[in-house]
Amino acid sequence: MSTSAAQALLLPSEAPAHASRRWRRVTGEPAAVKWLLIGVALSFLALFLFLPLAIVFAEAIKKGFDAYVAAISEPDALSAIGLTLLAAGIAVPMNLVFGIAAAWLIAKFEFRGKNVLLTLIDLPFSVSPVISGLIYVLVFGLQGWFGEWLREHDLKVIFAVPAIVLATVFVTFPFVARELIPLMQAQGTEHEEAARVLGAGGWTMFRRVTLPNIKWALLYGVILCNARAMGEFGAVSVVSGHIRGQTNTMPLHIEILYNEYQFAAAFAVASLLALLALVTLVLKYLIEQRVKSQRREAGERSE
Amino acid sequence: MPRAHLLLTRHSVLPGFNLALGFTLLYLALIVLIPLSAAFLKTATMTAPAFWSAVTSPRVLASYRLTFSASLAAALLNALFGLVVAWVLVRYEFPARRLVDALVDLPFALPTAVAGIALTALYSSHGWLGQWLPFKVSYTPLGVLVALTFIGLPFVVRTVQPVLEDLQQEAEEAAATLGADRWQTFRRVIVPTLMPALLTGFALAFARALGEYGSVIFIAGNMPMVSEITPLLIITKLEQYDYAGATAIATVLLVVAFVLLLAINALQAWTRAGHGP
Repeated sequence: MSTSAAQALLLPSEAPAHASRRWRRVTGEPAAVKWLLIGVALSFLALFLFLPLAIVFAEAIKKGFDAYVAAISEPDALSAIGLTLLAAGIAVPMNLVFGIAAAWLIAKFEFRGKNVLLTLIDLPFSVSPVISGLIYVLVFGLQGWFGEWLREHDLKVIFAVPAIVLATVFVTFPFVARELIPLMQAQGTEHEEAARVLGAGGWTMFRRVTLPNIKWALLYGVILCNARAMGEFGAVSVVSGHIRGQTNTMPLHIEILYNEYQFAAAFAVASLLALLALVTLVLKYLIEQRVKSQRREAGERSE
Repeated sequence: MPRAHLLLTRHSVLPGFNLALGFTLLYLALIVLIPLSAAFLKTATMTAPAFWSAVTSPRVLASYRLTFSASLAAALLNALFGLVVAWVLVRYEFPARRLVDALVDLPFALPTAVAGIALTALYSSHGWLGQWLPFKVSYTPLGVLVALTFIGLPFVVRTVQPVLEDLQQEAEEAAATLGADRWQTFRRVIVPTLMPALLTGFALAFARALGEYGSVIFIAGNMPMVSEITPLLIITKLEQYDYAGATAIATVLLVVAFVLLLAINALQAWTRAGHGP
C-alpha cells in the first residue's frame, strides 16, 4: 500500500490537521486497549512461562553454590548425564538420516500414497509418551513377542539401554523430516535436475546442491530433535526400570531426587536441562531467521 | 523394471527413489508401525467383556473425566490467551518483544519433568504464587490444569501468529471506511479469518494434553478417583504386571489420538485453503 493511501485512511480526532501525532490509524486500537492487551499477554506468560523458568534456577542455588556443584557431579548424576548424552547421540543421527531420506522421497517425487505416508511419519507426535514406552515393552518385554527369545540368548532390551534408545528414537521420530519436507517441496527439483543434466552423480548432486540448500532447516530439525531426546521423560520412564547409576537418564534422575525430597539437588540437575532448553531456543531463533529468508527465496523462485 | 516404479505417477530424472522409499518404509515399519501394532494385537487377544471391564472400571472412568475435562479447559485457556499473545506479538511494539516471542516456545524445549517440578514448586502453598492464592493448586485437579496449560501454550500462538502476519490490513481498512468500529471489525473480519488457525491450535493443544504425563504427575498429587490422569493409570497397571489392562486403556487413548490427528489434518487443509494467495 502506498504512503498516500495510508494517510488517506488516517482519521482526524478533534485535533486540527497539522497536529498529526494525535491522529490514529483506523486499523489500530486506542493506547489504553493496546497496553491492556499487552498487560494481559505478559501476565499470562509470566504465570505459565517466565516464573516456572525462573524458579528452576532459584531453587537450584538455594542451598549454595557448593551444594549445586555437588549435586551435578555426584556419580549417579554423572551417569545419568552420560546416558542422556548416549541416547540422544544415537537417536538424533538415526532420525537425521531418516529425515533426509523421507524428505527426499516426499519432496522430489510424485507417487501414490504420499499423503498416507506423510500422516504416518507424524504419527509418533500424537502418541502419548507413556504409550510410546508401552509398545516396546509389548515387543521386547518378558511377556512380549521377543521376550522368550531374548532371555534364552541372554539379551536385555527392556530395563536396559537399548529400550531407552528405542523409546527416544520413537518420540523424536518426525522432527527432522517435518522441518525438511516443506522446505524441499518449496525448493522444487530444478537445481538437482540441472546437476544431473550436467553430469553429476547422485552423491555429488546431493552433497553439492541439495545439502547446501537445506542445511539450516536440517540444523533446526536436529536442534529440536536433540532437545526432545535429552528431555524425554514418559516413554523412557516406562522402559527404564529406574536402576540408579545404570538406566537413569537426567529427567528420571530428577524424578528420583524429587521424590526423595532432595529438592535442591533435583532442581540443580533440572537447571542443566533448563539451560539446554534456553540454548535450544536461542539457536532456534537464530536459525529461524535464516530459514525464513531461504523459504521466501524458494517461494519467489517457484512463483 | 523395479516394482516400486509402479508407484511413481510422474517420471523423474532424479536418482534415489527406490533407495529412499525402501529405507523410509523399513525404518517407519520397524520403529513405529510394528511396535504400535503390538498394542492393537495385544488388545485383540482380550475377550470383549475383559476389554470392556478394563476400560470402564470406575477408577479408569474417573481418570478419563479428569484427563478430558482438564485438557479441554487447558486448550480453551490457551485458545483465548494464545490469541491475545499472538495479537500482541504481531501488532504491537513493546520492550523485549523479540525475547518474549522466542520464549513462547519454551514448553517445546523444556523437558516435561523440569516443567513439572517447577510448576509444583511455584504453585504449592508455600511457593512464589501458591502462597497468595486462596485455594490449593498443587496436588489438586487444578494443578493438572496448570501443567496442561503450560505444555499446550505454544500451539495456539504459533498457529495463529503466521496467519495474523499475512492478514491483509486492507480488509480492516475497508471495514473502517464502511463505518465499522474496531470491535465490529475484529468480530466480523479478523476473527473469521483466524478461525481455522485458532481451531487448529486448539485441537493441537488438546491432543497434546490428552497424552501428557511428565509435567502432570508431579503437580497432580495422583490420588485415585480425584487427580489421577489416564496415562498414569497405564503406568500403574504396568507396574502391577497387568499388561492387558494397561494396553486396553492405551488403545482407547490411541484411538482418540488418531481421530484427533485426522481432524487436525482436515483443519490444516482448511486453513491452507482459507488464506491462500
